[in-house]
Order: sequence, then structure tokens, then C-alpha cells
Amino acid sequence: MATVEIRGVKKAYGTTAVIHGVDVSIRDGEFVVLVGPSGCGKSTLLRMIAGLENITGGAILINERVVNDVPPKERDIAMVFQNYALYPHMTVGANMGFSLKLRSAPKSEIDSRVQRAAGILGLSHLLDRYPRQLSGGQRQRVAMGRAIVRDPQVFLFDEPLSNLDAKLRVQMRTEIKELHQRLKTTTVYVTHDQIEAMTMADKIVVMHDGVVEQIGAPLDLYDRPANQFVAGFIGSPAMNFIKGAVGSDGHAFACDGGASLPLEGMVGARPGQRAVYGLRPEHIRIVEGGAPAQVVVVEPTGSEILAVARLGGEGGQEISCLFRERLSLAPGEIIHIAPQKGMSHLFDEASGARLVD
Amino acid sequence: MADVTAGSAGRRSWWAGIGQGRHVLGLLFLLPAAVFLVLFLTYPLGLGVWLGFTDTRIGREGVFVGLENYELLWIDSVFWLAVFNTLLYTVGASILKFALGLWLALLLNQHLPFKSFFRAVVLLPWVVPTVLSAIAFWWIFDAQFSIISWALIKLGLIDHNINFLGDTTNARLSVIAANVWRGIPFVAISLLAGLQTIPASLHEAATLDGATGWQRFRYITLPMLSPIIAVVMTFSVLFTFTDFQLIYVLTRGGPLNATHLMATLSFQRAIPGGQLGEGAAIAVAMIPFLLSAILFSYFGLQRRKWQQGGGD
Ligand SMILES: Nc1ncnc2c1ncn2[C@@H]1O[C@H](COP(=O)(O)OP(=O)(O)O)[C@@H](O)[C@H]1O
Ligand SMILES: [Mg+2]
Repeated sequence: MATVEIRGVKKAYGTTAVIHGVDVSIRDGEFVVLVGPSGCGKSTLLRMIAGLENITGGAILINERVVNDVPPKERDIAMVFQNYALYPHMTVGANMGFSLKLRSAPKSEIDSRVQRAAGILGLSHLLDRYPRQLSGGQRQRVAMGRAIVRDPQVFLFDEPLSNLDAKLRVQMRTEIKELHQRLKTTTVYVTHDQIEAMTMADKIVVMHDGVVEQIGAPLDLYDRPANQFVAGFIGSPAMNFIKGAVGSDGHAFACDGGASLPLEGMVGARPGQRAVYGLRPEHIRIVEGGAPAQVVVVEPTGSEILAVARLGGEGGQEISCLFRERLSLAPGEIIHIAPQKGMSHLFDEASGARLVD
Repeated sequence: MADVTAGSAGRRSWWAGIGQGRHVLGLLFLLPAAVFLVLFLTYPLGLGVWLGFTDTRIGREGVFVGLENYELLWIDSVFWLAVFNTLLYTVGASILKFALGLWLALLLNQHLPFKSFFRAVVLLPWVVPTVLSAIAFWWIFDAQFSIISWALIKLGLIDHNINFLGDTTNARLSVIAANVWRGIPFVAISLLAGLQTIPASLHEAATLDGATGWQRFRYITLPMLSPIIAVVMTFSVLFTFTDFQLIYVLTRGGPLNATHLMATLSFQRAIPGGQLGEGAAIAVAMIPFLLSAILFSYFGLQRRKWQQGGGD
């Protein structure tokens, strides 16, 4: 049980800076997900928490103690690697008990703790196998077993599910979440998959190019993205971004290429200012008197219909719309659309910062 | 048109017949390799073994004498001394080569500046022809001009030249040292290749599990390296056991036969001594030792249960 505090942490490899001052504070027992596109520095940050990489600037605190110069083995942290890093020459049981063996724990204690962890993870019948005799999902569980046997202060996960097939990934997602609810150990989980982040996290940290874009609860990020990057990264299918300018009365948005959309609760925008209008596909409704749009492609999936349309007709900007109702739409047809109330976003064209509240 | 079809059908059935007699076909394909093996491997070996049962001398056809050569060797103290020397030389040099080679490999596996330069330097003793390095060692161990004696005297550690090759103990240590120098690159570079196949994440996982540097070596590096250690050390033992060139240049088996190995003794009895039969018998006597080394490696080389493709 521990808190983790990341204060102004920077990392450079030689002269290349990859993390430019990151602040995150993690409460005891919290499940925090670091999410961001590949190469944004998630693994590097995680490895700095573990002590596998030096910290170039700033400080990391575990339980209010600065650990910058504390060697990994004294941080009492367990990590699940992307490739699992199971010891190939040890059986499952030996893999899980290795850390206890290094601490010279008595054999009976090692056995009982390994048995208990194996029971939790459904590995009891596999303890005598070698890693190469296991399936991907089983290896993943052994890697987790190795972590929980130690009962560490903090769990770190580095994209633990990315080597599994889609179905197993969903199943393991639930298992990891259940495990956390049961053990209540502070957890930092790295992924590039925003769905994993949304479904698992108590708190999400969105990273991009070595900086934190936004920190918040999953639904906060979905409802009030702080900038255009977060807005585009969180949510699937991705948010539509429509270029245009704020209308002269400040209550409408004139889209480039025709059509106009309603604006509400504008904070920092002047009338006439260039901006980007953000609208999630699932927040688009067909209403009489809405903005006209010409349907281009229709993709029914059974439960919903995804349609791509051009705002303002021929030559307008493309937007995706997601409809729950069984509409009979045909390419070429003109529909009239409007955002669901309170569900539109506005971002500065240059900085990408949020302009509505 | 019809003829062609019939002809090709007939040929096909002929081929099919051959194909069904897979054993016949298999033997046919094996034949060239078998002839090659018999001619170039078995014939010289067989001839050597046969010579061991005769009293052949150079220039005189021998007759079959049964085990007489072996009976003579059984009571020959020089032969037994050579057996002892060979075992001492092999065991001593192999242990040193393993320890120093592993140590070098671990060093070269670190993040060093000029890494590739050091790797090239380590390979040097291996690429120098043995005879050349033996001559160099002959100078290094010279009774009057030895650079080692000179350096130690200049440092004030000793006050007279060391008699490297003239004293029995010194001579044994000296030839072992020369063999170790020559054999280290093979061991070091092979083990380095093995070390580089161990994923860094295993060391990181072990570090987080609380392992010290020594524990990581003991529980991760060494077991994961064991398959390649078995291969490398088997070869190293075979090379060392059958060594000839170094000894022949440095000491010719002297002083007082203290550095005679079975290979050098066999050569000396057979060629300069003219007793081909006896020399062959000594060489044949090496076979049981080599066979046991190979058997040992056969078990050592077996895939570990944990390795990919190993038996379950
Ligand atoms: N050892 C290294 N040397 C130099 N650059 C590195 C090293 N490790 C990672 N990087 C760089 O740091 C950046 C962040 O990497 P990483 O943390 O692995 O990204 P992520 O896990 O988010 O995909 C990348 O641009 C990568 O190229
Ligand atoms: Mg990564």
C-alpha cells in the first residue's frame, strides 16, 4: 500500500529529451492508467518509477520518500513486462517464488504463498510446467502471479495485454480489474489502447510527446477533453473535428464549405475567431431544421448505423455519425443533423486548447 | 499423341514403384555419403587401429602381434606419465580457459567504450597461427631472454631468471599458460554470443525481484548459458586433449618427459622413433578418453527441458 508522487520528472537520453516535466500524483490503492500513442514516453516513465532508468530531472516519491537514488530492489515494486519476462529455465512455481527465494524465505512459506497466488489466478495445475509449455494467456497470468506473490507496495504493468488476441484481452482486462479490487494495491498501468484505459482506470493520464495532456477520471476526459489531442484520442469512433469560424453573434459556428452548427457556453472565443468544432459521432441527431449534410457511405452493424456525410452537401467537410435507430439511409440522400444538447466542443485552431466549458 | 501419353504414364508408374520402395531410394541417396565416409574417415581410423595390433616399423611391413603393444604400454612408466600429463594439461587448461573466458565474456558484454575494438583484440590469439604463437611463447619463456623474468627483476621482485621450461613444474605450468592464452578467445567469444541471447528484460525482472548482481549471475545468466557452455567446453576439452603443436615447439615433451602428452609421445615413438605400431597403439589409447568426453557432452548437450523444442 503506497502513494506515488511524480514531480516535474524529466528524462533525456544523451541530448534527446523524451520526457519534459511530468507531474502525477497517485493515491494509495488507486488504479492509474498512463495512455498515449506509441513513443510518447509511457514505458520510460514507468521504468523510472521502477528504478530501471535514471531520472534526469525532478523527483519520484513513493510513500512520501524521494526514491530517485534508491535501487530498484529496495523500492518494493513489482512489474509485469510486455513480453512477460518469465524465467524460461524455471517452472511456473519457481518463477512465482523466485523473489521469496532470494529473500531466503522458508520453503513452507514460499510454497503457501505461491499456492495462494496460483489459486487466485487459476494456475494451480500448471505449477510444474515451464513457460514454453504455456499459452499466451497463461504466461500473462504467471507474470501477474510473480508480481502478486510478493505483495509489493506498487504494481506496474507495461502493456501487459498487447500480445494477446482480442477476445483474451477483454477477458484479462476484467481479471486484472477484479484482482485490483481484491488486493487494492496501488497500480500504474501503461497502454496505448484508450478502451483499456477507459474501462480499467480510476484515473487516466493522457500523455503525448513526453508531456501530460490531461489527467482525470475516464468520463471526465470523455465529457470535457482539455484539448484537441485528448478529444481525438479518447472515444471510439473518434471525435469529428470541423474547421470553421465562430459566427458574428457568437451562438453559431460557420463550417468551412457550408452549413452552420449551434454553439453554447463559449468561454474564450471571440466572434469571428477561427476554431475547430468537436462533435462525437454518437452525439449527432437527425432533427428538422438541422444543418444539411449529404450521406456518402452507410455502414450498418446491426446494433447501430455508422454514416459518413458531407456537411453542407457536395464539397463540404466529412463527418461520421453514429445512429442507434434503424434509419434507412442511402448514399446521396440529404439529412439534417444537429449536436445533442451540451455535447459539442470547441478548440482553438492554433493551440488546440478547449474554448467552451 | 497417344504414344506420348502412354509412354509418360508408363514412366510414371516406374517412378511410383521406386517411390513406394522408399528404403531402396533412401539407400541409393545415402550411397555417395557412405562411400565418402568410409573412404576418408573410416579408412585412416581403421588403418591406425590395425597398425596398433602390428609391429610395423618405418620401412618394414609388420605382422599381427595381438595385444603385445598394449601389454608393453601397460608396464611403460613413460606412457603412464604422458597419460597423467595429458589429463593434468586438459583439466588445468580447460578450467582456466572456462573461468577466464567467462569472465572476459561478461566484461565484454558490459557497456564499454571502444567495445568492438576490445572484441577484436580478444580474438587476436585465435587468429595467430599456433606455430607462430608457440615460437613467441618460446621467447617469452626463454631461460636467458624471457621478458617475464626481465620485468620481474626490474621490478625487484626476483633476483635471477626463472627457468620456465627447464624445471618440471615450471614447464608444465608454462605450457598450460600458453594453451590457455591461445584457447581463451574461442571460449570468450562463444560465451559472449550466448550472453547476448539472454533478454535484458530477464535481468530487469530479476532486479525488481530483489536479486543482487551475483544472484542474477547465479540464477539467470549461468543456467541460461549452460547449453552453450556445454558445447564450448566439449570442443575446448577435445582440442586441448589432442594438442600437439604447442608442446612440440615449446618443449618437445621435456624436461624429463614432464610435458609429454599422449599425442606428442605417440608421434615421437612412431615417426622419429620409427615404431609405427607402438605409436599407433598410444594414439588408439586416447580413444577411450575422447569417447568419454563425447559421451559426457552428449548428455550435457541434450536440450534442456525448458528450451524451445526440448522433450516434454
Ligand atoms: N534507450 C533509449 N535510448 C534513446 N532513446 C530512447 C531509449 N528508449 C526509449 N527511447 C525513446 O524515448 C521515447 C519514448 O519511448 P517509450 O517510453 O518506450 O515510449 P512508449 O512506451 O510510450 O511507446 C521514444 O521516442 C524512444 O525512441
Ligand atoms: Mg512502451
